[in-house]
Parts: sequence; C-alpha cells; structure tokens
Amino acid sequence: MSAAIRALNLNVQRGKSHILHDLTVEIPRGVIMGLLGPSGSGKTTLMRSIVGLQRIASGEIQVLDLPAASKPLRSKIGYSTQSASVYSDLTCIQNIRYFASLYSQNEKTPEQILEDVDLSRNAHQMAESLSGGERARLALATTLVGTPELLILDEPTVGLDPVLRVQLWELFKKLASQGKTLLVSSHVMDEADSCHQLILLRNGRVLAEGTPSELRTRSGKSRMDEVFISLIGGE
Amino acid sequence: MNINRLIAMTKRVLLQLWHDPRTLALLFLSPALLMTILKYVYWTNPDLFQRVAGSMLGVFPMLVMFLITSVATLRERSSGTLERLMISPLGKAEFIAGYAIAFGLASLVQATAVSSYAIWVLGLKIAGLQITLIYAAILDALIGLAIGLAVSTFAKTEFQAIQFMPAILLPQLLLSGLLIPREAMPRILHDISNFLPLSYAIDATRKVIANQGSILNDSLIIFLFLALLLSAGSLTLKRQTK
Repeated sequence: MSAAIRALNLNVQRGKSHILHDLTVEIPRGVIMGLLGPSGSGKTTLMRSIVGLQRIASGEIQVLDLPAASKPLRSKIGYSTQSASVYSDLTCIQNIRYFASLYSQNEKTPEQILEDVDLSRNAHQMAESLSGGERARLALATTLVGTPELLILDEPTVGLDPVLRVQLWELFKKLASQGKTLLVSSHVMDEADSCHQLILLRNGRVLAEGTPSELRTRSGKSRMDEVFISLIGGE
Repeated sequence: MNINRLIAMTKRVLLQLWHDPRTLALLFLSPALLMTILKYVYWTNPDLFQRVAGSMLGVFPMLVMFLITSVATLRERSSGTLERLMISPLGKAEFIAGYAIAFGLASLVQATAVSSYAIWVLGLKIAGLQITLIYAAILDALIGLAIGLAVSTFAKTEFQAIQFMPAILLPQLLLSGLLIPREAMPRILHDISNFLPLSYAIDATRKVIANQGSILNDSLIIFLFLALLLSAGSLTLKRQTK
C-alpha cells in the first residue's frame, strides 16, 4: 500500500526565514509516527504544510495519494493545533455536533466520538469549564469528525501531567489500531517510545528517522533525550 | 453553497450568542437606554428628537454588528478555530453567510424591540410603516457586519479591531447626515458622502420616518455595497498562509 504522506524536497519559507530545507519524508499508513525536535525545528510548519494550511516554496507533498491542500482531502484529515481549537462558549457535544455537521459523511456519531475520548460524562459541560486534560481530549475529538484516515496532532500532550499523557497515548494507540495513521509532534522525548516510528527534526532538516530501537542502536544511548543529543553531536 | 453547512454555521453562531446572556441583554437594553436619554435630552425640542431618534434606530444595529462581527471573527482567528474550519469542507461563502444570517436575525429582533419601544413608550412618530423601518435597520446592521468582517482581516488583535470604529465608522457617521442633512454640507463633503454606505442607510431610515418617497434606490445601493464588502471579506479569508 502507498504511503500516507510523502514529502519530496520540501522547502518552506515564512517571511525571510527559511523554515524547512529540502525535506524528504515518507510516512506509511496505519502507524503512529512521532515528529520530534526542539521548538523552532519546523514541526508545526511541516504539519501545516501537510494539512494544506501552509503555502510551500518548492517541492511536493502527496497526502493519501492526493496533492496536499486538494479538496477531497478535507474530509480525510483531522488536525488539531497546539492550542485546543474548540469553541469555549459551546458544550462538548455542541462542539462535536457542529464540526460533524460540516462533513457530508461521518464515520461516527458525535456521541460515539465523545465516548471514544472518554468525555461522555462531560457532554453537556461548557468547553471553557473543562480541565486541561479534558480540553485536550475534546480537541482530539474534533479531529475525529468526518471520515478521517489521517490524524495530524500538534503537541497534543503539551502542558499535561504524566498520567493524562499516558491516557492520551493509549487513545492514540486505540485509534491506530482502528487503522488510522497518526502524525504526532512532541518535544517531550520520552513520548517517543510510544511511537512506531520517529522523525527527528532539527533546524528544518531531518536529523534522523527510524524506529525507537533503531535510533537507540545507532546512537548507543538508552534514553531518548540522550539519543537526540548524541545524534546532533554526530552530525 | 451547501444548505446543510450553512444552517450548521448559522445555528452555531446563534448558539454562542444564546450562551452569552450578558451580550444579549446589552444588545437590547443599551439602545433602549440611549433612546430614553435622547428623549429627555431633546425634551424642549421634540422635533429634533424625531429627527435624531429615527436615524439612531439605524445607527445602533450598525455599531453593534460592526463590533460583534469584528471581535467574533478575530476570536476565530486567534483561537485557531478558523484554521480548523479552513481545513474542513466549510466554504468561505458559507462561513460569511452563516455569520450574516445569524447576526441579521439578532438585529431583526433588536430593531423590532427598540423601534417598538421608541414608538409605543417614547412616542416616536413614524409616518411610514414600522416594518419598513425594521427592514432598513437590518440593512444597516448588515453594513456594520460587512465592514466589521472586512476590517477584521487588517487587525491582529481585538484591541486593534475596536480602534477601527473611530477610524472607519465615525467619519462615515459624521458625513451621513445624522448631524445636519447631507444637502446642507459643503459640496466636497456631500460628494464624499455619496460614496459611503452609511449615508444611504441613514437616508433610508429617515425616509421611512418622514414617509418621504421610496427607499428602493437606497436599499439597492446598500445591497451593492454589501456585495462588494462581503466579497472583499471572503477574499481576505485565506485557506493558506504564506
């Protein structure tokens, strides 16, 4: 089967700064791909390019066998930004119902989606009164409307305590087991072990890619942040 | 334009308004309060109250819709929900029309309530039909909405958006014939006022109050402005950033 995402010699410029340099990556279907790197390494820009929000200077991106930003992709990609993009003056269920009603087809009902992210009990609670973890799960829920095959999640666990982070990663695994492809960015290196494969970004270039164990072997380190530092040193 | 998405969009904006009782109260109570103050300010000159209050019925919805549209759109931008919508199947025209219908309905209720209050409680005399007055007030509200939407793209923060009111709306207000009839202004100002949408909005309300002639021409011109402003607004809603 073809790759979920294929970026070839991707260059992105924002204003005068060159954010992504000749980036080439391939993300297979059905995996959880971790996109790791320090802040400013281009993670968000790469994700925005994939979902079609970022204009690219040169290169090519194919998403689910279609060029990025093409119309049919809109119902197949779920995307959540770093800040939970939900309407804080609507309840959870109203948020999901609204987003779902923008799609001509929905794989799941709004109630099932809330069940999926374990927010059924909060269905009628206003989004503004949710806790950090609940809000993060609601943001994830908004990516599950339509018929998504690919979920692009930008730092979904940022600012959450370790218990909530583990819960969210369990959820990601559940979604992957349902056949979805996930691209999840993080700058918390210990989350890397929950991913099937990893891309390490630095200064808009791919520093390394592979499974967590491959990267460990290559660097000879055991902890992921050490792996990263050692790979930077070996550049 | 997909009707289901348009309805969903409209419903969502109305729901947000509904969840905000303070805004709702201000929407209806503040124009009524201002009308009452006007009534007593012009206590010794009831003719002037007739003239000014009539025009104010058109000015309130416009000011309010300008403010809530520019702030609401900016909030969508800054909270990231606009980007979320831009990667969904929702069309830009559906986004704008959804806001226009929802806020148009809100201004329908506002214009009905405020004009009824002015007529039945404050004794405002209108020679034309109240329903025509309400219609004119909705046109005024839509102008406020369209300008609010257009300026929201030039503002980066809610702070800046609000500054557009004195910069863009107040000059139009001064030239609109609210203070003195447009014909009595110096030639050059009169000519400028002919190119400002607000002039026609005030003309329309005034004609209804005095029952002087048809407002068909004014509403056609207003619709033309609306089409221009709304399409300018939809052009500035970008799916992609540079």
